[in-house]
Amino acid sequence: MIKTVYSKGKLVAKTGNEVMAEAMRQIEPDVVAAYPITPATEIVQIFSQFVADGIVKSEYVAVESEHSAMSATIAASAAGARAMTGTSSQGLCLMWEMLYIASGLRLPIVMAEVNRAISAPINIHGDQSDTMGARDSGWIQIYSENSQEAYDNMIQATRIAEKAKLPTMVTTDGFIISHCMEVVELYPDVDVKAFVGEYKPERYLLDTKKPYTLGSIDLQDYYFEHRYQLAQAMRDSKDIILKVAKDFEKTFGRRYDLYEKYMLDDAEIAIVVIGSTAGTAKVVVQELREKGIKAGLVKMRVFRPFPADQLAKDLAHVKAVAVMDRADSCSGAYAPLYSDVVSSLFAAGAVTPKVVNYVYGLGGREINTAHISDVYKTLGKIASGAEESSTQVEYINVRKK
Amino acid sequence: MANLKELSKNPERLTGGHRLCAGCGAGIVARQALIAAGNVPVVVTSATGCLEVSTTIFPYTAWKNSFFHSAFENSAATCSGIETAYRSLKKQGKINEDIRFIAFGGDGGTYDIGLQSLSGAMERGHRMLYVCYNNEAYMNTGIQRSGATPKGAHTTTAPAGKVHQGKEQNKKDLTQIMIAHNIPYVAQAYVGNWNDFVTKVQKALAIDGPSFINILTPCRLGWNYKPEDTMSLARLAVDTCVWPSFEVENGIYKINVTPKEKKPVVEFLKPQGRFKHLFKPENAHILESIQKDVDEKWGLLQRRSAIGC
Repeated sequence: MIKTVYSKGKLVAKTGNEVMAEAMRQIEPDVVAAYPITPATEIVQIFSQFVADGIVKSEYVAVESEHSAMSATIAASAAGARAMTGTSSQGLCLMWEMLYIASGLRLPIVMAEVNRAISAPINIHGDQSDTMGARDSGWIQIYSENSQEAYDNMIQATRIAEKAKLPTMVTTDGFIISHCMEVVELYPDVDVKAFVGEYKPERYLLDTKKPYTLGSIDLQDYYFEHRYQLAQAMRDSKDIILKVAKDFEKTFGRRYDLYEKYMLDDAEIAIVVIGSTAGTAKVVVQELREKGIKAGLVKMRVFRPFPADQLAKDLAHVKAVAVMDRADSCSGAYAPLYSDVVSSLFAAGAVTPKVVNYVYGLGGREINTAHISDVYKTLGKIASGAEESSTQVEYINVRKK
Repeated sequence: MANLKELSKNPERLTGGHRLCAGCGAGIVARQALIAAGNVPVVVTSATGCLEVSTTIFPYTAWKNSFFHSAFENSAATCSGIETAYRSLKKQGKINEDIRFIAFGGDGGTYDIGLQSLSGAMERGHRMLYVCYNNEAYMNTGIQRSGATPKGAHTTTAPAGKVHQGKEQNKKDLTQIMIAHNIPYVAQAYVGNWNDFVTKVQKALAIDGPSFINILTPCRLGWNYKPEDTMSLARLAVDTCVWPSFEVENGIYKINVTPKEKKPVVEFLKPQGRFKHLFKPENAHILESIQKDVDEKWGLLQRRSAIGC
């Protein structure tokens, strides 16, 4: 149960989509360009009502596709506007080309992204395949465990994006968060606006006194430097994210980090997971702790930039780790989160943890405490040496035949 | 009608030194459109293509106004995003001056891959002018067939060979598609008549809404002719009625340039290497069918113009 932590906060019952729209209302961007897609539709639907009612000064562009949604958002941002959009799944896939352009042009767009499975087969339910597919696109990715985090992350994302000059997506798990009503603490408009601040771009297309060309062709003599700068900006953005989080905590009272450590410091077995499943896993960790089992958890919040060094340090002492991916990669090897966790450990020379990859919950398939208990059971056996750690991707709750 | 003396006072906003080919029509289109805009600030967007790659080789730019490019299929959506930002910032008092918006795209970026984006932007009613510099194929990638490529033309993806004689389908009538959007202003123009084009751009920019100009823009490489013939070749397109110059203003058709004497289509086709194979005796029927198509469409346009719609 969420309690108010901010003196002027107000508890309301809202869905994930509703609070993302609330955050957008409070941030009040100059332009929102979007296209409907389940389960993200509500966010921009609610926002367009704010526009229709004159509650926000924003202009809303009801474009004819997600490709145009991202194109128009990119253009509005380049023009000098604070610009936002929202999408999910196939919509994000259709934006794919433009995602790379948004980051390559260093435009601080914020996107509300509701994680949903991608076709085929078509499925509207929650998994993280969509944003995992965009993991190398140069977007900061911030995942949310619940509606409160989604709201808080949206507010922080605006500042992060504008400081880092990197587009930023804030995600929620489709239906599990987007459509689930929870108690959320909202902060007063004026305080959110003060935290976010006014957007003042350095260069913008509508600056007629300093017209400029953006989107040039970059050949062998400059392209590499620009891509290097982008990669470096992503590395540098970790500090920006932490600084904004610190400021957020100071202002509103909620603490955020690149990832959350839950009973990890003395843990012998641990799960690394992203999104709403972390909430389920925490229940299991508590149960195991009551039994005296040293179970812990890492909930990734920021997947891009990937906090490799710090995470390797924090996991180095854990005997057995399960990395749970709500996305598969079809790489023939391992799923995205696992690959990054293991690379981080290996690069840091951490040899203690045995790390197993689990793929779960695709297309909204149930993941419950029993499934997670089983994972910890296996980790216990690996940690004690009773079982070898699997080098294969293990699938949870799937019929293989 | 535009006045040359007045136009000469307007700023040049596409400067020389860009890398477009000698005799390229695209540079002429962009330069004249911006001269037509006068002194009002303009923000230009462009689809990926010859115009974009040849004018913006980093760290150089040939554009004195703000110029933005992001991808191939989205010049219209892009322009609509900038125009929306403009309206938002103006409403908030963050921008005070009037700014105009022009989107450029080649025929590939307009007829084909960018058609959806164009249709959406026009339907939404953004105040912007979209100029399609139509050279009737994907020239930037090396002369591939597009929806704008005319019947019989040789391109690298619909080549003339032992069995096929170039493109076998008619070109898409994009101008009619834009007219069907019921936007305030749609026109066809051609390189080689500055007054006709400049007048149309000025009309389009004066309208508080979306407008579209489809300008026939010879490509000396893709059409395979001498670079010095760009103007005369485009004029031949009008004189043969292959590409009539007309406009539709608030639904009313008007032919802007009526040839003194309607010339046979072969006079336009003959100087171009892309139609060379059509002049083999066994391909006479293709020439006949092209002439028939042109005559029918010209007749229809004349009837529309006569009754006004």
